[in-house]
Order: sequence, then C-alpha cells, then structure tokens
Amino acid sequence: MQFNKKDILDMESLSFDEIQFILDTADKMKEISQRPIKKVPTLRGKTIIHFFYEASTRTKTSFDIAAKRLSADCFSLSATTSSVVKGETLIDTAKNLDAMNSDVIIIRHSASGAPHLIAKNVKASIINAGDGMHEHPTQALLDLMTVREKKGKIETLKLAIIGDISHSRVARSNIIGFKKLGAEVKVSGPPAMIPKGIESLGATYTFDMSEAISDADIIMMLRIQKERLSDFSYPSDREYSRLYGLSMDKLKYTKKDVLIMHPGPVNRGLEISPEIADSDSSVILDQVENGVAVRMALLYLVAGGVRNVDSN
Amino acid sequence: MLTLIKRGRVIDPPYLDIISDILIEDNKIIDISEKEIDCFAKIIDASGKIVAPGFIDMHVHLREPGFEYKETIETGVISASYSGFTAVCAMPNTSPINDNRTITEYIVNKSNIAQKTKVYPVAAISKGSNGESLCEYGDLKDAGAIAISDDGRPVKNSQLMRRALEYAKIFDLLVISHAEELDLVGNGVMNEGFVATKLGLAGIPNASESIMVMRDIALSELTGGRLHIAHVSTKESVNAIRDAKKRGIPVTAETAPHYFNLTDEAVLQYNTNAKVNPPLRSQNDVEAVLEGLSDGTIDVIATDHAPHSSVEKDVEFNMAANGIIGMETAIPLSLKFLDIKNLIEKMSKNPSKILGLKREFKIGSYADITIIDPNFNFIVDSKTFKSKSRNTPFNGWKLKGKAILTMVEGKIVYG
Repeated sequence: MQFNKKDILDMESLSFDEIQFILDTADKMKEISQRPIKKVPTLRGKTIIHFFYEASTRTKTSFDIAAKRLSADCFSLSATTSSVVKGETLIDTAKNLDAMNSDVIIIRHSASGAPHLIAKNVKASIINAGDGMHEHPTQALLDLMTVREKKGKIETLKLAIIGDISHSRVARSNIIGFKKLGAEVKVSGPPAMIPKGIESLGATYTFDMSEAISDADIIMMLRIQKERLSDFSYPSDREYSRLYGLSMDKLKYTKKDVLIMHPGPVNRGLEISPEIADSDSSVILDQVENGVAVRMALLYLVAGGVRNVDSN
Repeated sequence: MLTLIKRGRVIDPPYLDIISDILIEDNKIIDISEKEIDCFAKIIDASGKIVAPGFIDMHVHLREPGFEYKETIETGVISASYSGFTAVCAMPNTSPINDNRTITEYIVNKSNIAQKTKVYPVAAISKGSNGESLCEYGDLKDAGAIAISDDGRPVKNSQLMRRALEYAKIFDLLVISHAEELDLVGNGVMNEGFVATKLGLAGIPNASESIMVMRDIALSELTGGRLHIAHVSTKESVNAIRDAKKRGIPVTAETAPHYFNLTDEAVLQYNTNAKVNPPLRSQNDVEAVLEGLSDGTIDVIATDHAPHSSVEKDVEFNMAANGIIGMETAIPLSLKFLDIKNLIEKMSKNPSKILGLKREFKIGSYADITIIDPNFNFIVDSKTFKSKSRNTPFNGWKLKGKAILTMVEGKIVYG
C-alpha cells in the first residue's frame, strides 16, 4: 500500500489500513534494533527536529534513538532553550525551523491542537509526540503493536483503561486506535476523571473498576497526577489507590492471561502495585521497546518513502 | 435640508407596517405618509426595502483606549454604520478601564469627532473592574455613561453586586451582568461536552453561567434594581430569566447571533475564531436561546463585537483570546431565524426601551433610521470588513439581508 500521509497528528485521522500498515512496518523495524549494529542508512541526509515544549524522558529518547538508527540527523529543542522564552509564537518558531529545510518536526506541546496548528503552517512533516489532553498517537501505536504481538490480534479483545481519562491523551488515542481495530473499550475512574460524552469516542464507562477489569484482556493503567487533588477530582491518594489502583487483590478476579500495560511514568503503589508492575503479566517494558520500532516506522513512512527502503 | 425616503416598507412594531414616504428636515422626521410626498428634497429610493427605526448594538468592544491595534473608536463606528447600527454601547474593558469620567468623556468625544454611529459608553461597576469598590456612578452618568458593567469579568462579590444594583437606581443606570462563576470555569476553554472531550480541551459547564444569572436575578429581586443579562448562551439561563420575568423582577436579557447560529462543533479543528466567552454551546442550548428569542424571554440581540488581532488568534487554542467580531454579520445571521418585525424588536425597539433611548417613527422624533435590503445575497469575506479585525467564524458563509443605509439624527452615515 501507498502511505501518503504528510503528518501523523492523531489516531482519529488514521484509517484502519494505515494503522495496520504502520504496525506491519514497525514489526520489521523492530528487528533492526535487535541487531548488534543497530543502524541502517535509510534516512541518511534527512533532518529531524525534536521540538519538546513539555518534559519527556521516554518519548523523546525513543524518537531520538529511532531517528539515529535510521541515520537521520537530529536536533533537539526545548521550550526553555528556544526563543519561546523570548516570546516567539509557536507558528513563527515552526516556520523558522521549516525554513532550515527540516524534513520532520516532532512536537510535544502542552496545548491540545498545537501540532495541528503547526502542520497548517509548514512544509515539513509533523509528528505529534503528545498534545495537551488531546492525543498521543505514537503511544497508541506502540500499545497496539505490543498487544498484537502478545495476543496475535486486536479485534474482539476487551481493553479496560483505568484512571484519569479526562486529562489523558494516552487514553484518547488508545480508545480511538483500539476501537478502529475492532476491540471493545471500557474506561473507569472517579466521575471527575470521566469526560462528558466519552461514549462518542466509542468507549463505555463505569465507576466500578472491578466491573471494568473482570472480563478484560488488557488492563491499561494511567498515571495519576497529583495536581488533580487540588481540583477536587479525588480525596486522597489512599482512597484513590483503594478504589482505582491495581492491586494483587483486584487481579484475582481478572482473566489469567490478562496483559497489564502502563504508558509510564509509573507511580508505584498509587495506581499500580509494585508486584504487578514487575510481574509476568506486565508488558510495560515491551511497550517501551516497541516504542522505538513504531517511531522508526513512522519516521520512515513520512520521511523515507518506499523507494528508499527498496534501494537499501 | 430635506431628505425624502420614498416607498419603503416602513415598520415600527407594533404600530406601523405600511409602504410610505418619510420626510426628514435636518435631524427630525416631519412627515410620514402612505401617499407619495412630492417636494424638493434629497431622494432615497427605498422601494422593496425595509425602513426601520435605527438599530442599536448594546454590546460592543471598541478597544480604545488601550488596544488600538484591534479596533479604534473610529474603525468601530465605521463598521457599525456599515452594519446598520445608529448607536452602540461600548463596554468598559479598555486599558485603562472605563471607570472614571475622563475615560467616559474621551470615548464620547472620540465618537463625536467620527460623526458616524453614536457611541454610548458603558462604565465599570467596580473600580478597575476588579470587584473591590464601587465606581462613582453619579459622575459617570454626568459624563455620558448609559449603563454599568464589569463585562469581561463577573462581579464575584455578591454584596458588591447588591450595592451596585441599589446605588445605580438613584441614577436610573442599567446594570449589565457578565454572568460567570469562575471556579466552575476553572481552566476551561470551550463548552463542556463531547466536542471538548474529543479535542482534549478543558470544558466549561452550563452551570457556570446560569448559577450567576440566578444569583443576579435574586439580587435584582432583593433590590428592585434594573438588571440586564449579557450574552445568554445556555438553556438554564433562559429558563431562569423566563421565570424571573413571570415573577415581575426587572430583568432583561440579550444574546448574540453566534449563540443561535453555531454550536461547539464550530471549534473542531481548533478554530480559535470560534473561541468566545461564554463558549458556543450545544444544539439543545441553541434551541433554547431561539425559543427565548421567540417567546420574549430574550429581549435583545447584541453582537458582543470583540475584535482581536492575529496576535491573539493565530496561536494555540488554549492561549487564544476569547471573542468574535459581530456587527457586520449581525443582521443577516439574525434574519436566518427571525422575521423582519421580530428583528426590529430585538435590534431596535427593545434595546432602545431598555437603554432609555427613542427609536420610533413619529412626526417630530429624531431621524435615526436603518434601511435594510432583506434580499441582498452575499458571501462573508472577512478581508472586506470595515472593522480592523478579522476574527469571525462566519467567513465564507452565504448570507442574505444587509443594511443599505444608516441615518443618525438625519445624517446619512452609511449608504
């Protein structure tokens, strides 16, 4: 298939076929990372800019490694070291990066829709590495890749996402992505963390976590942010953990082969108990490994194109 | 000097709806006649057109002093004249805030120099609109203020709002409420609902508006002070106002064309031109607002004309300023839902009554007149706007109906 997308902005705008194609490409890319010499010349001469307005360890490192394994030249920019501190607007910053003939700009931003705004104003391909509370498409793709690898399929699987759905871009991208590939999605958390109209994204919800996880094939735990205490979303870490934390106790009532996922960073003991995070059911580190593969695939698809790989 | 408006459909609800001629001498109407008037005068052919008492936009932001890069009093009144408005009420959230005689007089003088649409300044309720102390309403009224409002910000302190309503009564000043409960708004940037959920934007619940509408109604009931609710956007607010009117509380209300022409879906694609406060709401609310307009709960259509430059709008949605410019699209957007008589009620008769201005066709009354071509078809092109700003979500819309002449006290300011 021809992959014609200039930008990877959200799961919403990716079709069923495009998602499958990205995952298939990622499967191939994974092998490169397992070689002793983990580098191919595919994106040699391509310029990739990491533009992170918001803190990130996993995603940024993952993109950086992905770009380098494909031999691209990459540069990192953060809000604090860029002209943003001098009051330059996002569009101006992006246009300047574009004027240097960069091929791909990878952006993380605290404002929902920021990558979309940039994409309208530049020639370079934009990859969304997380925008506000909107989407985090590469996270959903690596999660899909991980589940497909472990379960052999996505369709008909039951996914439970637990935690702060309202503020989570990971949840939004995963709900959309898993639904597109035929899974069922149920979310659970306290009322303030279940956004209005969540059904329109295709997910059902329950305030009872055990109901959400009892027949789930996959349980995805979300990181709980401490600042949610100040807007009265939940009363205390203690009560949150008791009601919506994944403990060994709750795990007793789930399927035996359930996969436990977490996008990180993990609050051990709050949303997930340490024993579970480190257990055999946990695929948290597989997610991280696959993150590199998925990002290699996306960089290759938007910047490389099929011709380049054939010539390698 | 004589001016003769010929053969227009002259409508002054509920009294007049006839094809007639209107003769104006200097600034006053001296004859209205179904028979053709024949005399030596400047002739305005109004056949096939609507001749209405002058339109008033009782809620605009002219941005001067302080934000002249968005709009000036001069560009604002040129835009208003072009849009059919004979008068506008300028909100006080300029820089500095219009909370004193000097600023009020400055606005009046500037608009007099422009010699277009009349500007009636709305002064602040509290000094600096910061909700801590009352402004000098006596002095402000003398200087030309027609009403008071902290528009742009709610009056958080209920005691201050109570005192404002009481004290304004001495001067018969209308108190205009910007109804918003900021704790409920939180960091919200658009209507709470599935569109916000989809876009990952923080939502603003309906109750953030209606809770303050209800409080201010209670304070109007307590004090007997005249209260006007600005920019009504929710079903719950409409219900509260309807109920208050039934109980005889002196409350009136306005909405803006965007609240019945658009829902929060206009925000999709992170369209900052659809970012406004209160936010665009759901279809349910749109229907309630329309019902409120039709049963008289909502008295007025005002535009909340809020010019912003690209500096405020071509940015991340969260950071973008709230506001839509409204004057140049107000008549056709309203005519989509209201018949012409109803339109004249909402944009001329009712605002004039609420503000204590006169808009009527009687011999001897001032010639404040708006002539409308109800069949004028056009495509909205923000590049051609007379306003200094371009922030409209209606660009590219096909609309019908436009003011073709605006007359302020006998003087043609547009047409």
